[in-house]
Amino acid sequence: MPSDQARMLEAARAEPLWPKPPAWATALGAVGAAVLLAYPLLITSTFAQHTMILIFLYAVMAQSWNVIAGLSGQISLGHAMFFGIGAYTVGVLDTKFGITPWIGIVVGMLLAALAAVAVGIPTLRLKGHYFAIATLLIGSSVQIIFARWDWVGAASGLFLPLKRGSPWLDFQFHTSKVPYYYLSLAVAVLAFLVVWRLRRSRLGFRLQALRDDADAAASLGIAVARHKVLAFMISGAMMAAAGSFYTQYVLVLDPERVFSIDISIIVVLMTVVGGSGTLWGPALGAALLVPLSEYSRIWFGSTGRTIDLMIYGALIVAICMWRPSGLLSLFAERIRRRAASP
Amino acid sequence: MLLEVDKLEVAYGDYQVVWGVSLNVDAGESVALLGPNGSGKSTVVNTISGLIRAKAGAITFGGTSLVGQPTHARAPLGIAHVLERRRVFPHLTVLQNLQLGAWHPTAKAARAETLERVYRLFPRLGERSAQLARTLSGGEQQMLALGRGLMALPRLLMVDEPFLGLAPQVMEQMKGVFETLKGEGMAILFIEQNVRVALSMSSRGYVLESGRLAIHGPSQELLASPDLRRIFVGG
Repeated sequence: MPSDQARMLEAARAEPLWPKPPAWATALGAVGAAVLLAYPLLITSTFAQHTMILIFLYAVMAQSWNVIAGLSGQISLGHAMFFGIGAYTVGVLDTKFGITPWIGIVVGMLLAALAAVAVGIPTLRLKGHYFAIATLLIGSSVQIIFARWDWVGAASGLFLPLKRGSPWLDFQFHTSKVPYYYLSLAVAVLAFLVVWRLRRSRLGFRLQALRDDADAAASLGIAVARHKVLAFMISGAMMAAAGSFYTQYVLVLDPERVFSIDISIIVVLMTVVGGSGTLWGPALGAALLVPLSEYSRIWFGSTGRTIDLMIYGALIVAICMWRPSGLLSLFAERIRRRAASP
Repeated sequence: MLLEVDKLEVAYGDYQVVWGVSLNVDAGESVALLGPNGSGKSTVVNTISGLIRAKAGAITFGGTSLVGQPTHARAPLGIAHVLERRRVFPHLTVLQNLQLGAWHPTAKAARAETLERVYRLFPRLGERSAQLARTLSGGEQQMLALGRGLMALPRLLMVDEPFLGLAPQVMEQMKGVFETLKGEGMAILFIEQNVRVALSMSSRGYVLESGRLAIHGPSQELLASPDLRRIFVGG
């Protein structure tokens, strides 16, 4: 019996804080990475490339929402405000001051983090669904402000000047989508790494703890409000990066589009469908929903404009009824069980 | 005195639930805070740990005043609050839950040893360290909640209804753990509805009735007191 206990203690001590992924998952990941890298060289259809670029961008946005809602449990329904801040920052810096979008992206992320502090400090004290309501209203108000603001083009927005200099310096590629493909892939990988790192960091632990039980977290000495604001800053900055990138991709922005409530809602759908709070869920959600909306647009033409929304709606109902923890949980539970049993 | 609560008044909005309650816990002492459902026991401990703000009165711990201190600043002073109904983090593993208990620098420095100590007290937790907390049984979750509290190396352990819904065998094991902790000199404040159990484990007791302190005294005297029966069963 005492040796049993000693062995048990030994095993418990050796227990990693996070289980290692099984070998087949690593292999699958390597194959997936190779496919993603080779994709634009093998598949030259610009539409297929465009769809992938959108998947990457939406994956970034869904990961952003995943940080505040999935990891920290704070449901934001106004995430488009950060997307718009990122979009407008590169737009204004380029059209008004001729500053390169590479700097614009960083400034946009900083401004979004600042906005997250300004919005978060008063609203993240609210419990339950009040934070969701507050962000919904603030998101709409920001859109209205930008639509009335003449200096930034009011309702008609901004057109970014086309440049003929160095495409990489100007972040404008007029002849090919391949550079956009790799850049958006890189941004998606970065966002993925942020969430991966965050989930394993002490900050991520604390966020997940306060998500599960804010009172218990506070009683253990975790400064709940401060941590929520920090998560909101990270989330906002990620969203702004996607907004900046998107603007460089389409080279036009207007408040109707970049502050659209559709953006705020779609990031929620993608994350929830894939699996909120998980590492792969947001990417899975983006990979499912972006093609759905792009292809339905082609198949049904302009009459099919709302078909994708109807399918989204049906998906959400199905997920809520049968898989409230998201599609990823179909596999995750099995992987975990296999990893846990020696 | 380790913990001193003086004329505490607590209200939820306009609705006052605690009226002038005073109590104290000395270092190494175990004390029971008793009372029927809704008498304000949990409100008092929640105010001590800062989850609720006091309306009036003083709370001092180890000589420092807790009034005005944010909730998260109180755990590092040496107060561990094991909340009612377990409240473990369901989507984190047992080990992750325990690690979160060792939060402030002193506790973190000793984390490996404390973890071992908790696993010794509750071998069950060691066996299940990689499992998600929500997959544990009720008794195991209670062990985890208590273990998580111990990870902070508290000077005072406040446990809210630790025996609620436990199987008799698990309850005996928990009592054994509390005896061990008492033997190690930890101050414990039991919040209980189970009067007999709570008084058998403590040297003194306070009994609340409708938010007011009704009687207090040595546990043996309280057990024999006719007032105790009146408060709990009426008549």
